[in-house]
Amino acid sequence: MFKRLADAGSAVAITVDGKPVAARAGDTVAAALIAAGIDHCRTTPVTGAPRAPYCLMGVCFECLVTVDGVGSRQGCLVPVREGMKVETQLGRREAGR
Amino acid sequence: MTAASDLASSYDLVIVGGGPAGLAAAALAARAGVSTVLFDENPGVGGQIYRAITSTPVKDRAILGEDYWDGAALAADAKASGALIVNGATVWSLDREKIVGVSVGGKARMIAAKRVIIATGSQERPFPIPGWTLPGVMTAGGAQTALKAQGLVTQGRTVMAGSGPLLWLLAAQTLRAGGKIDAILDTTPRRNWAMAMFHLPDFMLSPYFAKGLSLLREVRAKVPVHRADTIEAVGKDKLTEVVFANGSVERRLPADLLLLHQGVVPNVNLANAAGVAHTWNDRQLCFVPVLDADFGSSVPGIAVAGDGAGIAGGTAAAERGRIAAIAAVRALRPEATLPDTQAIRQKLQREEMGRAFLDWLNRPADAFRRPEGETLACRCEEVTAKQVRDTARMGCEGPNQMKAFLRCGMGPCQGRLCGLTVTELIAAERGTSPEQVGYYRLRPPVKPITLAELASLPISEAERKAVER
Repeated sequence: MFKRLADAGSAVAITVDGKPVAARAGDTVAAALIAAGIDHCRTTPVTGAPRAPYCLMGVCFECLVTVDGVGSRQGCLVPVREGMKVETQLGRREAGR
Repeated sequence: MTAASDLASSYDLVIVGGGPAGLAAAALAARAGVSTVLFDENPGVGGQIYRAITSTPVKDRAILGEDYWDGAALAADAKASGALIVNGATVWSLDREKIVGVSVGGKARMIAAKRVIIATGSQERPFPIPGWTLPGVMTAGGAQTALKAQGLVTQGRTVMAGSGPLLWLLAAQTLRAGGKIDAILDTTPRRNWAMAMFHLPDFMLSPYFAKGLSLLREVRAKVPVHRADTIEAVGKDKLTEVVFANGSVERRLPADLLLLHQGVVPNVNLANAAGVAHTWNDRQLCFVPVLDADFGSSVPGIAVAGDGAGIAGGTAAAERGRIAAIAAVRALRPEATLPDTQAIRQKLQREEMGRAFLDWLNRPADAFRRPEGETLACRCEEVTAKQVRDTARMGCEGPNQMKAFLRCGMGPCQGRLCGLTVTELIAAERGTSPEQVGYYRLRPPVKPITLAELASLPISEAERKAVER
């Protein structure tokens, strides 16, 4: 869906669901996810439908992910940091936990 | 980086939002000797229009255009003014006493302000079409943010759809950056020209006229543009095609990415939660705060500047920020020397000149604001247009009662993506006006905070003793 222009920032290593993802300095978590071509970052609590970042400006809350163990962070507002652990959120399936 | 512990317990002026209005207000107030703090939730200042202005990886200035780079001077001026600018700072509460609840780096503080300027700007108008929640469907503003802040440009089969200046600007920027756009679906209703043409002479005198024409020409030379009066995003777990129709002729375009846009509307959440009175603006089809000539709201000491005061664009937002800041300085430090307000008001008037034309021309069609059937009105709680319409017909009179019936507006976005849709659907079903129906009553926290953040609030010995017996 998206490619990086040549002059993007230096590499920042993060993991998404345990798998390495090469983010860049200046990325937010949500930008790193879309740049890596990850199709969805959560499922909804109501029907379990997949969702992906939508507005990238802090309004829609579709990019909610777990960042370093803290759930429901807005991925589009959190800058990536070396070694950051991002987990996608499975809404419906986690409801009974 | 400023931490929560670096913040004072009170400031003369707290500004929320670091776009053009907030930056211009902060620079003016700080230079007039007022202790000023600006909170912005993004990693850097600029707001949406000048997003990532101090850090963008897009070095070729022609890609984003000179209007974008104008933001660099605003950001530099605010930084040099002595105002404290705190990024990564989420304001989650504001009340009539002007106590500001803010979180920075996972720690919360309650800060007392003598004056507050809300400069939280605008957000994109909801665009509820079938399939708009599918991965692969995003807002045009989102794609523009990714281009400005991360140098990400569209690739694969890309369709843009909607109306309004931002759609064409993003198309031009994408093409200049080497991105691909397979088609643009123009949803501007032709009948809008009937109202818009009365305002054409004013628009021709505004700076947006020449810019708009050259953008349209640049994009139309490279991308097929189709008219559309219905649009559907189709796919199972992600977007695979866009189906659109113009009259009875239906067409299907295979697509990986659909970018939607039908204008922007004020981001009302913080002002609404602070008790600021709002009214329906029928030309812009949204709620706007009720403001005086200095952008002061119905709550004494709280002003709303920038696009949050009603949509007028980035350059107008900066002038509005200055006017609001001058009013704040006059109240706080009457002896301070201030710039000429009349000159600023004249500039603002010039900037706002073409707005009536743009508003009337780009007024989205009813079908794209008042969905039907199984189309989701509320994305978070997955409430369909049919459910909202049926409940309104059953007797539900307003959006707050609708929450109790259907949970619409009660998910994480707190009504940002369904508020206008729900109000308009209720008004349509009950044969009344959006003004009569009203909007969700929003309450703090207007952004999610963790219990740990709340628990980090400092408490005094007296406060502790008040609850410990």
